[in-house]
Amino acid sequence: MKKSVILGALTVAGLAAGAAAAGTLDDVKARGTLNCGVTTGLVGFAAPDANGVWEGFDVGVCRAVAAAVLGDSTAVEFVPTTGKTRFTALASGEIDMLARNTTWTFSRDVDLKFTFVGVNYYDGQGFMVPKDLGVGSATELDGATVCIQTGTTTELNLADFFRANGISYEPVPIETNAEAQQQYLAGACDVYTTDASGLAATRASFEDPAGHVLLPEIISKEPLGPLVRHGDNEWGDVVRWTLNALITAEELGVTSANIGELGSAAGSNPEVNRLLGTEGSLGDMLGLDGGWAKAAIEAGGNYGELFEKNIGENTPIGLSRGLNAQWTDGGLLYSPPFR
Amino acid sequence: MSDNSHLAAFVRTEEAPSLPPPSSAAGPIKWMRDNLFATPANAVLTIVAVLVIYKVLSGILPWMLAGVWDSPSLAACREILDGKSAACFAVLTERWNQLIFGFKYPVDLYWRPAIVLILFFAAAAPVLFFDLPRKLLVITALFPFIAYWLIWGGSVSTPILAFAGVVVGYLVYSRFVAQNFAIGFFGGVAAALIFWGIGGAVLPDSTIAEGAMRSVPSRDLGGFMLNMMLGVTCVSLSVPIGIALALGRQSSMPLIKYVCVVFIEFVRGVPLITLLFVASVMLAYFFPPDATVDLFLRVVIMITLFSAAYIAEVIRGGLAALPTGQYEAADSLGLDYAQAMRLIILPQALKISIPGIVNVAVGLFKDTTLVSVISMFDLVGMIRGPILASAEWNGVYWELFGCAALLFFVVCYGISQYSQWLERRLATDHR
Repeated sequence: MKKSVILGALTVAGLAAGAAAAGTLDDVKARGTLNCGVTTGLVGFAAPDANGVWEGFDVGVCRAVAAAVLGDSTAVEFVPTTGKTRFTALASGEIDMLARNTTWTFSRDVDLKFTFVGVNYYDGQGFMVPKDLGVGSATELDGATVCIQTGTTTELNLADFFRANGISYEPVPIETNAEAQQQYLAGACDVYTTDASGLAATRASFEDPAGHVLLPEIISKEPLGPLVRHGDNEWGDVVRWTLNALITAEELGVTSANIGELGSAAGSNPEVNRLLGTEGSLGDMLGLDGGWAKAAIEAGGNYGELFEKNIGENTPIGLSRGLNAQWTDGGLLYSPPFR
Repeated sequence: MSDNSHLAAFVRTEEAPSLPPPSSAAGPIKWMRDNLFATPANAVLTIVAVLVIYKVLSGILPWMLAGVWDSPSLAACREILDGKSAACFAVLTERWNQLIFGFKYPVDLYWRPAIVLILFFAAAAPVLFFDLPRKLLVITALFPFIAYWLIWGGSVSTPILAFAGVVVGYLVYSRFVAQNFAIGFFGGVAAALIFWGIGGAVLPDSTIAEGAMRSVPSRDLGGFMLNMMLGVTCVSLSVPIGIALALGRQSSMPLIKYVCVVFIEFVRGVPLITLLFVASVMLAYFFPPDATVDLFLRVVIMITLFSAAYIAEVIRGGLAALPTGQYEAADSLGLDYAQAMRLIILPQALKISIPGIVNVAVGLFKDTTLVSVISMFDLVGMIRGPILASAEWNGVYWELFGCAALLFFVVCYGISQYSQWLERRLATDHR
């Protein structure tokens, strides 16, 4: 009897949560703000500045979605999540979407019941070594000591890579990125390995960044992208196509500088017209108004502009586009057409 | 008779001036000989200790004294230092507000928590120093409501309603306490709860969007302010709960006794971080998304329950240390249970428990930094998250964590000194 009461209460709570989550798009519109999950802080991807305003590459995605849905890129409630709380925050409905450099994997998609709407950064595990070591390739690292975070996929990737190349290494287990920086600088290990974007950010904080090199090998696939809950495809579409709009805008040469001109009246390029709502009714199909993509691009610029402003070569992090270039430039960014 | 004055060539007529003691038996040399170089082993230890201190200070002091206090970013700071190894304290000056208040508390409202801090000292003084006039306790009684109103803002009606509920509860308590303490106590609690329930239903929404007293949601609290708020709230709530649990555990009523035993043993058997995860993550599953209990409140409840269980065990130790004669004396005077506890047992048991309670309080205060793992931005959360993740200050560790350590040390050392004073003040045995 008691058990059935508890189960009943759980069911009611679950139904209430499910009912509230059924129409995330309507919820967001009614609320007037987008609850977007971000990290508690990762250089270049999401961090509040000295005035408490969130900035970064992932933050740019949140702002674009808020602009597309609500017409206001500042109508975002940023909910900082840790690696441990991020999935429960999304599953429980505390946040509407998660843009927190989260790797798209099979089990997260299928087993945890989330929908990854796309990839906004193709990352991969890399190696950093001091220049003095004179190493030009990861295959020359035979017998090296390697600083590695324990309990992560990077540890498994590393073991696979060294075994496949028939060379040996000595792991130095460490707990956090901050600890790794100190250990590496103190010379406790020859090599530091983690995601390439993380390595670049770490190197940028060194006193002498030029004294350290990132090796060319990338030994794992880490596609990072925004995600939403399973079961609300309308909302998933909104986030997916907002991301695609940013990517397509770069491909079509729509920037925050020329969007005012291009979006004011129908021009000569039909796809630009459909994207910016001067032709066709793509916005209506999403349940948004016609200028949704225009608003999203105006929020922080197109994909390329977001990249350059937050993590690109002119920032302290200094990442090159690499895999994250448009497909026309030999990268992997390929948005389906707006038609 | 002989005349001595003619026989002696010299007669001293006044006392000779006393010579100073030999330099080896007085002053700093004697002190050093007694205290630092008393034996060869002591001498060796002294020399080693001095060397170690010199080594540490010669490393730290130049690093600190040459520190840069004004620079917009780590890169700029390193340019100023130009290759020298010295501290970049500029991160502290640039992000000081964030370290203290968190990054989301509105800048133009910083005066509100500042007033609360001043009021806190005024409210804590009469409780901590009982030589002060008792009338000052009025400030203490009003403080929680004023502090709530100042920190969270919003309409003044909420704290007034809360205060009125307490007054109603107290009136009921004082009406019935003469008959029976239990009736008075539980009647008072019930009356206050009923009053709040009715008042909460009648009262309009109390949030204010604009102006000097606008509402600040709990999510926007942060920095050392959050540590102080959690520490003060949880310590002051967990002491009375801990006393109740300790008494309940000694109760002769089996139901009360076993409820208390199970609660204490369960909470002590679970790590605090687990309880915090339950508060932040699991509870969200049980509430509909828009009807969750405030995260700050959830964390306060969990930390309070945790420390109450520890304090209960400390006080149980104090109760056990009292001779049975004290209990029997109370019985022989014809006091009932509540009177015996209030007038004879608890004053002595609590005095014995002071070092233990202070120990728990200091530990609890430092444990408040654990909230950073459930993405609340307390002092350590601010450092680990936003500040170290900003493009300007990524890579500054010693300065930030040293500052955090200093802030915590100041508070914890203050608590420790107070408890030692309290023990001396309460020492009524003539040892």
